[in-house]
Amino acid sequence: MNNRLYGNLIFELSKAGRKGYSLPRNDYGDYEIPQELCRSEEAALPECDELTVVRHYTNLSNNNFGVDTGFYPLGSCTMKYNPKINEEMAALPQFQNLHPLQPEHTVLGAKALTILLEESLCALTGLAHFTFKPYAGAHGELTGLMTIDNYHRSRGDMARKKVIVPDSAHGTNPASAAVCGLEIIEVKSDANGLVSLEDLERLVSLEGPNIAAMMMTNPNTLGLFETNIPAIAKLIHDCGGLMYYDGANLNPMLGACRPGDMGFDVMHINLHKTFSTPHGGGGPGSGPVGVREGLQEFFPFVSPYQGNYAVMMRAYAYICSLGRENIKLVGPLATLNANYIKESLKDLYELPINGLCCHEFVFDGLKDKSTGVTTMDVAKRLLDYGYHAPTIYFPLLFHESLMIEPTENESKETLDGFIAVMRRIAEEAKNDPDLVKSAPHDTPIGRVDDVLAAKHPVTTYKQMKNEQD
Amino acid sequence: MDYKYFPHTEDDLKAMLAKVGVKSLDELYAQIPEDIRFKGDYELPWGASELEVRQVFEKLGSENKQLTCFAGMGVYDHYTPSVIPNLLQRSEFLTSYTPYQAEISQGTLHYIFEYQSMMAELTGMDISNASMYDGTTACAEAMMMAVAAGKKQNKVIVSGLNPLTFEVLKTYALHHGIELIILPLEDGVTKLSTLKSQLSTGGVAGVIVQQPNIYGIVEDFTGFAEACHEQKALFVIDSVAADLAVLKTPGEWGADIATGDGQSLGIPMQFGGPYVGYMCCTEKLIRKLPGRIVGMTKDNRDQRAFVLTLQAREQHIRRQKATSNICSNQSLMALFVTIYLSLMGKQGMKEAAQLSYAGAHYLCDELQKTGRFKLAYDKPFFNEFYVKYDGDAQTLYQRFIEAGFLGGVLMEEGFLFAVTEKRTKEEIDNLVKIAAL
Repeated sequence: MNNRLYGNLIFELSKAGRKGYSLPRNDYGDYEIPQELCRSEEAALPECDELTVVRHYTNLSNNNFGVDTGFYPLGSCTMKYNPKINEEMAALPQFQNLHPLQPEHTVLGAKALTILLEESLCALTGLAHFTFKPYAGAHGELTGLMTIDNYHRSRGDMARKKVIVPDSAHGTNPASAAVCGLEIIEVKSDANGLVSLEDLERLVSLEGPNIAAMMMTNPNTLGLFETNIPAIAKLIHDCGGLMYYDGANLNPMLGACRPGDMGFDVMHINLHKTFSTPHGGGGPGSGPVGVREGLQEFFPFVSPYQGNYAVMMRAYAYICSLGRENIKLVGPLATLNANYIKESLKDLYELPINGLCCHEFVFDGLKDKSTGVTTMDVAKRLLDYGYHAPTIYFPLLFHESLMIEPTENESKETLDGFIAVMRRIAEEAKNDPDLVKSAPHDTPIGRVDDVLAAKHPVTTYKQMKNEQD
Repeated sequence: MDYKYFPHTEDDLKAMLAKVGVKSLDELYAQIPEDIRFKGDYELPWGASELEVRQVFEKLGSENKQLTCFAGMGVYDHYTPSVIPNLLQRSEFLTSYTPYQAEISQGTLHYIFEYQSMMAELTGMDISNASMYDGTTACAEAMMMAVAAGKKQNKVIVSGLNPLTFEVLKTYALHHGIELIILPLEDGVTKLSTLKSQLSTGGVAGVIVQQPNIYGIVEDFTGFAEACHEQKALFVIDSVAADLAVLKTPGEWGADIATGDGQSLGIPMQFGGPYVGYMCCTEKLIRKLPGRIVGMTKDNRDQRAFVLTLQAREQHIRRQKATSNICSNQSLMALFVTIYLSLMGKQGMKEAAQLSYAGAHYLCDELQKTGRFKLAYDKPFFNEFYVKYDGDAQTLYQRFIEAGFLGGVLMEEGFLFAVTEKRTKEEIDNLVKIAAL
């Protein structure tokens, strides 16, 4: 990454009279848009020539860090390699030019691809049907919960409005439940970081007839496999609820265990995690929802067409490429990589729960707390060494969470390099804590003033200019 | 391992397993109960070489019919300048995550700030968020935002909406406990007096209209905002983004929230997505706005910098009390439209709009000249219009397809046609020839 800041806004490069487009001639003669329909003031869009635009965004990209730039051990995000062939396939004009309302017989290839992808996801999850309408993981959660809500409503079971989630759950779980009009009940984790069966039994006996579902990810956000999952599923099913699987952590299960076999009835998959489609700086993703046979009739209409189709194409290219012999190695290799880092660092970083993890694990900061160096500081110092930071301060179970997820694509050399740097930072924290606390030093910008941004929000160029005047 | 995406050699495996203290990859899963372990092979084809993957996709692609598009209804066939796909493939943009680490994400944060600025300009609103999934879900979020902003008001009035948008709203409304009220169009438009009497029944949190409406008609919303505000309801306008470069803006109509799809800003139709939803509002409502927002700040070297801000609204902080559950949005597509708007600029947007407008009106005139078509409502339209047809529309629609045209969208009594700057006069003349048969 370039460590010089490219700081212009495109508006600041604009000059009246420049243009960056070319349009066909107007052959239609005299058709003028009536003035009374028009806006009174022009939109103040930039005026730039083509090269200026190209340089601007190329320079901006140099202030960014992607998987292609370097190691990206961001926990719960599964920042795996995004294969180039997928991009090329998704851009094929035979698919790109299809209008979503084209009649069925003109889009046979596109429909066939959807079916092939659905069959693949069914084989990999042990579920029976998928809808591709959800645009992202959180949208998938919402779709899945609506499916569950529709199911209970169809049976006249109107009291089932409560959803159990573990206290270690992703923030989207409770938020999705709230949007769906459902209420959250938190179940506690036990000393091993797993769902406390005792607490769950208590909740079920208290709320049984009101329970719509339990939402879980397995392995959980600590990277630990919920070994009691058959018992948990039985408890919930016996009280009339359904089991929802948050597919954010599906990657380590490829080749190991299928959500359908664990007892889950409904799940979403983040194609942009497990199936290698790029995160794009925060989307577009795709969050298909799968269900057990019989529940497909309860899928809600959450988007107009078949979801983010071009993202689905990338996922299918990935599945085709790996095939049955390689896809089952994804989980084991991701799991090996995570355990290898954990074992190599647990003498210097606090590992709250010992034992085998899956694709990710959580440290509770540095072991030596006397230096005053926080998880935030470690994360920022990693940027100086050319690594993306792990996920920090999540899950909320620990004060100094540092959640690390390498993927199956990373080599031993890459992991060794990362381990060496993490050890060096622990050393620095002891010998020169201020160096770590004031990090990063070698990035295009230093630590930002979050408080200033939130106290007086400036979110557009117009506002910025008004303030300057 | 013998696969291009797996770097592990046999020696690596041995050394790493030893470090972890297990004997095999299988043993890494020792904690999983035996009876739910997945053993054996998934029912999938064997791995394909890159060449074979290409062949699979090309074969599937050949089974799609390539049609010259005169359909719209929310998705339009605009031209994509070649600069855009090229820049979008820069992997520093493509393969990065949500910009939580501001120090190494200024590229993303910076373009989102530009995107927000441009969308606020287009809509004539104060504030924009960093993007939504698409226009329909943005509209649904506006509906929920109106209800959240209100005081025990759970009714939302809608009028003139695309039926697909309406279906999405209906889904969210059912689960969110919102009562949707449909205002029937009168002579193709929303009547202020009808709206007022519906508002006077009380408990209305918001009114959502579409501009241009479902028939492509550019409506006159004079007095709508005042009528809404008198009843403490928020006024929401949903629009096709490109149209706003010329049409009177939601801001000028006095809207509190503006939503819509940005697909019309050069994004390929790609069978339904990804597109990008936009959502803008007045400054007063900023803390109710869902989704991510980028703000300006300074770093500790006194440089201008950008950062995700007002995160206290969001799911990862507020959990069930968040303004929405949205997490990933459509960041890369926000970059797409930002580059599009940078290239087109204020002049290009107007010229493209002018071309679309002229093409649509030329097509409408030519169709009416055949004597078989009649504009359904004598109202101003932009680049999309509803014509009634005196024959069997289904048969003609099929004839269009056989001739290589997607001849609009079938309506109750005819067709909804859309024209963009991509269509030529020759294509229009050919379409009309078939229509006249």
